[in-house]
Amino acid sequence: MSESDQAKDKRAEDKPKTPAKTPAPAREPRPYINPYVGGVLLGVVLFLAFYITGNGLGASGAVAHVVASILGTVAPDHTDHVAYFAKLAGGHKSPLSDASVAMLVGTVVGGALSGLINRRFKVELRKGPHVTNALRLAMALLGGGIMGYGARLARGCTSGQALSGGAVLSVGSFAFMFAVFGGAYALAYFVRKLWL
Amino acid sequence: MAPYDFAGIAGTATYYLVFLLIGVGFGAALEASGFGDSRKLAAQFYFRDMTVLKVMFTGIIVAATLIFLSTSFGLLEFDRVWVNPTYLWPGIVGGLIMGVGFIVGGFCPGTSLVAASTLKIDGVFFVIGVGTGVWLFGESVGSFQDFFTSSFMGRFTVSDWLGIPTGVVLILLVLMALSMFFGGEIAERVFGKGERWGFSLVPSSKWKLGAAAVIVAASVVVAAKGQPTLSQRWARMAPQEEAKLTDRDVYVHPGEVADLMTNAGMGVGILDVRSEKDFNLFHLANAHRVDPADVASPDFLRAFKQAPEGTVFFLVSNGERDATAAYKTLRSAGMVNLYIVEGGINNWLDVFGIDPCVATPLPKGEGDPENLRYSFARAIGEKTASAHPGCPCKEVAVLCDSAPSELADGHEHAEGHEHAAKPAYTPKVKLQKKSKPHGGCG
Repeated sequence: MSESDQAKDKRAEDKPKTPAKTPAPAREPRPYINPYVGGVLLGVVLFLAFYITGNGLGASGAVAHVVASILGTVAPDHTDHVAYFAKLAGGHKSPLSDASVAMLVGTVVGGALSGLINRRFKVELRKGPHVTNALRLAMALLGGGIMGYGARLARGCTSGQALSGGAVLSVGSFAFMFAVFGGAYALAYFVRKLWL
Repeated sequence: MAPYDFAGIAGTATYYLVFLLIGVGFGAALEASGFGDSRKLAAQFYFRDMTVLKVMFTGIIVAATLIFLSTSFGLLEFDRVWVNPTYLWPGIVGGLIMGVGFIVGGFCPGTSLVAASTLKIDGVFFVIGVGTGVWLFGESVGSFQDFFTSSFMGRFTVSDWLGIPTGVVLILLVLMALSMFFGGEIAERVFGKGERWGFSLVPSSKWKLGAAAVIVAASVVVAAKGQPTLSQRWARMAPQEEAKLTDRDVYVHPGEVADLMTNAGMGVGILDVRSEKDFNLFHLANAHRVDPADVASPDFLRAFKQAPEGTVFFLVSNGERDATAAYKTLRSAGMVNLYIVEGGINNWLDVFGIDPCVATPLPKGEGDPENLRYSFARAIGEKTASAHPGCPCKEVAVLCDSAPSELADGHEHAEGHEHAAKPAYTPKVKLQKKSKPHGGCG
């Protein structure tokens, strides 16, 4: 995106989904908004979340509720015996009636809406240029598994810990944030074939 | 004052709807910024496209500035805002693991949801992976529970850590973010477009420069204005709080306090603001003594805020005056579930009695109501049934020759004592939950 586009997007802050200078052909996806404008939108949403509810944003906690729900249906006895899940889904407690799950549903709806409006709502597989589809999907599954495990250990994901905790200046959240980026940058060179 | 207790005001359905709408905004902001594309996210780690850094840190500084502007001007009560508690080492190790997952899988949990919501197959696989990882964590956390709960520092902000005002931390954070944007754009030109190293201090866009000036100015306003002091906060909440004191809503009958102390389902903290001498003579079971001058100290407030959810605190002095003063301070500091023992220790002893060989009552209505109106023959502390009425479970000192059978064995005590009948009272304690501590991610 050129500098003039960015300037234009800044001016159009109240309707940031305005397409760039030259309107894209009908079927082409629209370009992404200027990252700083996106950041301002994200910051305002995060502020509203704190202002209205006293809580930040997040995703991985809700995933834990969904996992507990699935587990509770498939193997209720087992669920009651694993402390971590019993807390979420033990006995007659419904793990899905939680505000974080409502936010998860909202996140999916919001993503889909933005995708529809900007013509990015279609079945696709995004991967590096030298990677087969099977490898990309295997890596997505593996990376997701590692991410999910780490997110529960760190008590939050990039949004719940780094973003939300960072905005209220939590020491642990900043330490966490630098650890995430540190881990990714440290390994990036060794897995460059996946992306470059 | 914000934040609002939606679940209490408008019911659970509205509460969930609010979270759902916030989620819609979150998902839309992520998708519109390009976070649904794993290639764009991964490019961050090869310095080719710094979108992740720009969006995240812009989000953080914009939200932080708005939050602390609101608290500065008394629109938002920061003590009721959820701050992720710090568990330092689990956070760092978890973060490193997540960094690995990020570069291998190309997403983080939130962005994978957004990718999946626009039908990106790799996003769907990543979400399934996250679910599996969460499941494996739940199955295995039992084996390293000690590490998982280690290095707990509670609610710990950078301002607490460095001992500098919140507004100054905010300015530093904004300046750090702006420097990172500056460096990030250089990196994008070098690694993304193959341009030569080098930078120019001439602004690339006056809009960026203007936006940066606005946010720096806003953070300076926060620092200049400062966060509200306890007395300013009390002035804001005085109308409602004074009414509660006048209506005696927060003065709880000793009978109710005693019942709650024996209620296993509820945590009870007794905060005794009397002198050390009076405290040693007699105090309620498990009471903590705190000097009235220390009630407002940051260390005390921090310890207080870290009490387990669902703990009710009772302030007690000999009368009510000193406890009420401490009540105002602690309420100004944002403490919830705080009450005062009606009539103080003097009334407590009137209601539950004490063995005459330990202490005898003095005539009422004489002297300062904050004086102990019982004459103690010796210091008994809490080693008397009067310190924990209705709970024959604690050590009771044998002191009275006249009534050894009564005092030697606490189990018989309750039946034999003239004050053993439960006093009648109107319950006043209502447990208010803190803002639900999940932040969507917990």
